[in-house]
Amino acid sequence: MYDSGKIIAGLVIFAGLFTVPFIMNRGTAAPPPKLKIVSKAKACVEDTHYMRTSHMKLLNEWRDDALRDGHRLYINNKGKKIHIGLQITCLKCHSDKADFCDKCHAYADVRPYCWDCHFSPEGRKKWASTEGHF
Amino acid sequence: MDRAALPFVAVIALVITPLIGVGAISLHYLFGVIVPYVAALIFFAGFIMKVVNWGTSPVPFRIPTTCGQQKSLPWFKHSKLENPVTGIQVIGRMFLEVVFFRSLFRNLKPEIRGGPRIVYGPTKWLWFFALMFHWCFFIIFFRHLRLFTEPVPGVVTFVDRIDSMFQICIPPIYLTDLGLLLGITCLFLRRVIVPQVRYLSLPSDYFPLFLIIGIAVTGMLMRYVIRVDIIKVKELALSLAAFSPKVPQGIGVIFYTHLFLVCVLAMYFPFSKLMHLGGVFMSPTRNLANNNRIVRHINPWNPKVKLHPYEEWEDEFRDKLLDAGIPVEKKG
Amino acid sequence: MAKTPSPQELWNIDHKPPKKWWMDLPLNIRPGNFSYPAKPQILKELDMPNPRPWSPLDEDWKLPPNWKEIVLEGIRERLDKFRTFKVFMDICVRCGACADKCHFFIGSGDPRNMPVLRAELLRSIYRGEFTKAGKLLGRFGGARELTVDVIKEWFHYFYQCTECRRCSVFCPYGIDTAEITMLGREILNLLGLNINWIMEPVRNCFKIGNHLGIQPHSLKDMVDFFIDDIEEVTGVRIEVPFMKKGAEVLFVTPSGDYFADPGTYTFMGYLMLFHEIGLDYTMSYYAAEGGNFGLFSSNENMKRLNAKIYAEAKRLGVKWILGGECGHMWRVINQFMDTMNGPADFLEVPKSPITGTVFENARSTKMVHITEFTSDLIKHGKLNLDPSRNDHLKVTFHDSCNPVRAMGLLEEPRYVIKNVCNNFYEMPEDTIREKTFCCGSGSGLNNDEFMEMRMRGGLPRANAVQYVHDKHDVNTLACICAIDRAALTTLMNYWVPDVTVYGVHELVANALVMKGEKKRTTDLRQMPIPGMEDAEDV
Repeated sequence: MYDSGKIIAGLVIFAGLFTVPFIMNRGTAAPPPKLKIVSKAKACVEDTHYMRTSHMKLLNEWRDDALRDGHRLYINNKGKKIHIGLQITCLKCHSDKADFCDKCHAYADVRPYCWDCHFSPEGRKKWASTEGHF
Repeated sequence: MDRAALPFVAVIALVITPLIGVGAISLHYLFGVIVPYVAALIFFAGFIMKVVNWGTSPVPFRIPTTCGQQKSLPWFKHSKLENPVTGIQVIGRMFLEVVFFRSLFRNLKPEIRGGPRIVYGPTKWLWFFALMFHWCFFIIFFRHLRLFTEPVPGVVTFVDRIDSMFQICIPPIYLTDLGLLLGITCLFLRRVIVPQVRYLSLPSDYFPLFLIIGIAVTGMLMRYVIRVDIIKVKELALSLAAFSPKVPQGIGVIFYTHLFLVCVLAMYFPFSKLMHLGGVFMSPTRNLANNNRIVRHINPWNPKVKLHPYEEWEDEFRDKLLDAGIPVEKKG
Repeated sequence: MAKTPSPQELWNIDHKPPKKWWMDLPLNIRPGNFSYPAKPQILKELDMPNPRPWSPLDEDWKLPPNWKEIVLEGIRERLDKFRTFKVFMDICVRCGACADKCHFFIGSGDPRNMPVLRAELLRSIYRGEFTKAGKLLGRFGGARELTVDVIKEWFHYFYQCTECRRCSVFCPYGIDTAEITMLGREILNLLGLNINWIMEPVRNCFKIGNHLGIQPHSLKDMVDFFIDDIEEVTGVRIEVPFMKKGAEVLFVTPSGDYFADPGTYTFMGYLMLFHEIGLDYTMSYYAAEGGNFGLFSSNENMKRLNAKIYAEAKRLGVKWILGGECGHMWRVINQFMDTMNGPADFLEVPKSPITGTVFENARSTKMVHITEFTSDLIKHGKLNLDPSRNDHLKVTFHDSCNPVRAMGLLEEPRYVIKNVCNNFYEMPEDTIREKTFCCGSGSGLNNDEFMEMRMRGGLPRANAVQYVHDKHDVNTLACICAIDRAALTTLMNYWVPDVTVYGVHELVANALVMKGEKKRTTDLRQMPIPGMEDAEDV
């Protein structure tokens, strides 16, 4: 006996599973996110490649330095002194969380826990508007 | 160890290939587009052709290995999963086999002790690390869908979150990364340390081990140490999936190394023992019901054989049969 | 014939693999570890290819000049016929789970007796001759070239496997070495490489009606002796119907049961049981064999021998078939018979005429195992049993490979034993049921010249018996297989001399209180039953 039906069904399932990426994209790749930066500074903390690949690492170090050790000074690769602070330093340029942070994070399907503690700029505005009532 | 040396060298050579090909002579398109497409095609076509090739040979006899009580009289408790008689029961047996490695869980180790006596102890290490390795590999494979889909399906995100739930390190460590590495390392060590297993191992047993270790290490390096721009990686992955390949500039060479090793694994797959992925579903000792006495199984090539029919037999023995007073069909 | 080493000598087993890898390891064929080749005349009578005198001890095995072509064609043909062959060749990952499951490996330490390597002997040729990867990679891919030495290796190791399927229980893909051995033996048949202990019984069964070549009139005499013996023990004179047209049931049992002790006592047990319940049955001189050594030779030979059972059932006009205690016979009946020689649409679904139970699990083959039949009788209280007659026996049960791993007959014999014996003890759990060990002599290897390997292969079983013998004073090893009854007796004499082998239906007959019987003072072996010797004096 051949059980051809069962084998074909199995192969169809196999083919389906392995072609999910091709099927889901249907010939058009979703474009990568375009980011919005309100550029106030000429350059970021470190060079672009480093920031794109490793900003999470830098932010993590900053958090430990600032909150756990009380250090607020960062010296970058070029020897420039930078104040450690998410709100004060980073969000000055990258003020639009939705258009900057979230787009890439959603695209890469990561959910950083920055905003578990920090307010996003928009959130801050909202918070400020309700603050008056107290 | 000699049988492990050559595969090790081969995998090192495979690691070096993209380091030179991309790092030194910038063949990004070759390693980013052409090789992956060729690998996907070989894997896909090769896998299907192999299974179809198996399928073209019939299963002439229904030969399940029964590992529990048969279904007979009502007061004997039928072991439905170890000795299935219905399709559903077979599915149950296969589910345990494929998902939990039921048979491997039975593993025993005989030991000869003084006395002299042979004692048998359970030995679950092979089962444990094999299960760990395969499950981690599967989840990692599944997680990679986040790079091939936009928007990412919720189930992929869900698995990703569970896998990284302990939030150790930035980016958070995946449990399956550790599990895969631990599992495969132990499988490798077992192969080298247990004398019998080492003796029966072929170079082609070590090769996929080293290759997968290479894949795991480059993958983890890329996430935790020599990070690459994940946005560009996804851009490439999506463009490949959409058949409009575009290689973004500036993805680190570590990515191409990882990708190349994966491609080699995919191309090697259909021609190797790794086809146990398909074969585990196709094994007639496991995927058939033990219902031979209930439902007739058909052998498409049931051979015509020369028989010795009763009439011939009676002719040959007639005198003796008659002398002994044994009844015959024809008296003379 | 070689002198078999003493048990003390055999115990020195080295399981450490040798320095040389198996592909480079020379073959060690010596008296005691191989079986004699089939006699040319026997092969001729069966129309089997290349009959000639030859010896495994000779350098020249007198292979036909185009042997390589024959083998490659033989492999190709079987790859197309058996999916198992293809799949089992392709998917083994050499995890080694099977390695120490084989009784021959445990008993000999020979690495090529690890099931995985037994299969690799064939697999390496499959890769080298039939796969591109193998041709390309050579040894790196585990491939090698087909040479005369490989053929010799096959002969040696495919006749050192008892097709017991224990390894297949532990394999994560269910790779069944029995299947590989069967295919290997089929291929060797093409070159005229086979063993006499298999081929002569095949010829006997084919030409005469049973493996042992007992002619009908001699069989009649033997049964008459059994009838006398039964009368001597029980005082009851029974009749044994043969060739009785229109009987309800055809009874088929292995010829080992009527040929030699202790099988004969089991045979008498069946006869007494059938008499007592008044079963309308018949036996046949033409289909006088339940066993099937064709199984150990080729699927074609298996079919040729098995065909007689249905043919005879049809000629005699019975309603269904009852099968005796035999191991490999039940693999053939459960897994092959209906496929090869069915459909048995001229028979009826088996129904016990005594209890009315319909054996739904044999709806298609129409063939019932005697322990299924007897369990049903006991369950319905149809037998008057006095288990105290077996009180001097402390019983353990040996699960035969095939009824367990090709059928799942586990509880039926236990149920019968527990109803006819008061003292029952199981052997350690890793040596019984689906993990049972072979007697070491299955699949046609129960010949005298192979004795050393048989005692080695039987060691794990014997050692488990030794355990219950030491712990519970077990003195009785019950089994439901004719090869077991002969082989385990030899094995026990060698390893555990205080233990005696019994068929289950011998125990049944000892406990069976028959209508009109005299006071029993002896068992079927005409040995006094302790506590009942002086019954007549009272």
